[in-house]
Amino acid sequence: MAGTLFDHIWDRHTIMVRPDGAVLLHVGRHLVHDGSRAGFKALAEKGLPVRHPERTFGTPDHYVSTHASTLEAIAEPHRREMVAALTENARASNVTLFDLGDVRQGIVHVIGPEQGITLPGLLMVCGDSHTATHGALGALAFGIGASEVSHVLATQTLWQSSRPKSMRVTVDGDLGPGVTPKDVILAIIAKISAAGGTGHVIEYAGSTFRNMSMEGRMTVCNMSIEAGARAGMVAPDETTFAYLKGRPYAPQGADWERAVAYWRGLVSAPDAVFDSEVYLDAAEIEPMASWGTSPENAAPVSGLIPDPAHAPDAERRGAIERALEYMGLKPGMRMEEIPINRVFIGSCTNSRIEDLRAAAEVARGRKAIIPALVVAGSGLVKQQAEAEGLDAIFKAAGFRWGEPGCSMCVGMNGDIVAEGEHCASTSNRNFVGRQGRGARTHLVSPAMAAAAAVTGRITDVRKLMAGGI
Amino acid sequence: MRKFETVEAVAAPLEMPNVDTDQIIPARFLWRARSDGYGDLLFNDIRSDSDGSRKPDFVLNRPAFAGAEVLVADRNFGCGSSREHAVWALADAGFRVAIAPSFGDIFFNNSFKNGFLPIVLPEARCNELRAALARNPGAKLVVDLEAQEVRGPVGVNDGFAIDHFEIDPFRRELLLAGMDDISFTLSQSETIGRFEDRYKAAMPWV
Repeated sequence: MAGTLFDHIWDRHTIMVRPDGAVLLHVGRHLVHDGSRAGFKALAEKGLPVRHPERTFGTPDHYVSTHASTLEAIAEPHRREMVAALTENARASNVTLFDLGDVRQGIVHVIGPEQGITLPGLLMVCGDSHTATHGALGALAFGIGASEVSHVLATQTLWQSSRPKSMRVTVDGDLGPGVTPKDVILAIIAKISAAGGTGHVIEYAGSTFRNMSMEGRMTVCNMSIEAGARAGMVAPDETTFAYLKGRPYAPQGADWERAVAYWRGLVSAPDAVFDSEVYLDAAEIEPMASWGTSPENAAPVSGLIPDPAHAPDAERRGAIERALEYMGLKPGMRMEEIPINRVFIGSCTNSRIEDLRAAAEVARGRKAIIPALVVAGSGLVKQQAEAEGLDAIFKAAGFRWGEPGCSMCVGMNGDIVAEGEHCASTSNRNFVGRQGRGARTHLVSPAMAAAAAVTGRITDVRKLMAGGI
Repeated sequence: MRKFETVEAVAAPLEMPNVDTDQIIPARFLWRARSDGYGDLLFNDIRSDSDGSRKPDFVLNRPAFAGAEVLVADRNFGCGSSREHAVWALADAGFRVAIAPSFGDIFFNNSFKNGFLPIVLPEARCNELRAALARNPGAKLVVDLEAQEVRGPVGVNDGFAIDHFEIDPFRRELLLAGMDDISFTLSQSETIGRFEDRYKAAMPWV
């Protein structure tokens, strides 16, 4: 294969290029959720059918209750209507739906890979920016807006005005104890900034990603958008194929052999040129936590909160000052002095089985001293966690064990953080007001979140692992 | 969709980098139907106190910027989620144009679908424009899509320039015509059909 993995998938899905450079792309598979109502409505207003319902898959996630997986459990009528609209639109359009009450329901970016809907070499879209997650399997996947959702429903295609640039982020070496994929992506964003990837598709390369599980790769690709990138991807390999084999919507039988033969070729050519290159050494990455209101405001847990007086320019000084004021933190404080009032473990970034195991390992035999909520990414993840006894560990430690959905990452279902509270959260965005008006979010890994739950402050999980606390 | 004609309107400077879509429109309002409008919710949490009262020092609450149709912002404007509501909130509040050194990619794409024009100008020029607009509250900018120019501020002798901007020709054509791209795409259905046959033959498992 010549060029980059991204080039190959882009070209493979190019239907036509207009003389002015606009590209019409074919969409392999399309995911919808309970926020897709406007996209379906625009389609209905034009009197158009869904062109490929067999390649469209939906599940409700943003508005669902974590108290019970039923429509009735959604107390607020507007939220209930969003979920009910998805059920009705999917039924009317013959779109496959993993609805409330189905064990396969969950966060759209968890169930895509879990069901084998996400496949290497596919161009995939969804009306959600964290669609970047699916790139972990070697797909080219990115988020789109409501108008584009209706365009994809109507035509199974998407216009792009220009080809994104390519960036390769190479991380080599082994991660230290207590250092997880979440820490890797937070370290990458801290290095390249929240706009560092703007206009780019990132390919993650190097031994750190080669040795990473599929769940870990999903966490990394998921937050490509927080680096400003359109998409993130990892070339498929034996780990990918082993993960996918036998999943319901993955190819079966002779198709499986043929698909794997094709997928093995999905790697960037050794001489492929990327528009930019970034390198990190895995050994230098520590457990991370964010201290500000942009994902780039993250620091190693052993470090200090920056002093705006040392910022390189007035603009960044102002940004740090505003962030610290909102967060109620002081320059030069140790990261481990950040108080935590609440913990959320979940979201499309960190709600998969491996994430829950890592958090449970820290929670085992300890007690949460603040409210802590664990929300599995799907009914199947929840089922597996329960089979492994993880729910019992969390409950014994005083954590609430919720039903699958996006929950407190974005608070659209009513699971919010109170004004002024600090929340250690395994989600992806620490924006002002993201988890609720005035909420102060600290992005961390599942293990670090569990550590914060039992100490009530940002805590280096390595100290707990060593039995020090 | 409304045709994009030359805009000559009050321009408001927004002095914050990395304004994300959660700040443009907080997630808790997204259930609202498109037809109910989002204009009153634009920048809700930075514009108002938690009791709903407007903060007098926020730029869009100042009387001089009432009726602004152009927003001059800082880098990475509209980063974050894919919610098109961010564009709807701006458009419903009367904005037709945002000028910034860079935009969040999805926000940028969503803009064109709503007759809303995002313009990239060099960072130094955006800084100059914001400063000039802050010194002359209520000054206007002229945004000429046909000529691909931003001119102004007009009517004040401070910071005037004619800035050329780039725009993808397909998007320009659709904006000028007030047309959405679905109709154009549907007119290409033969080409799409032939592509789909080849695609299915090569990847029968999809």
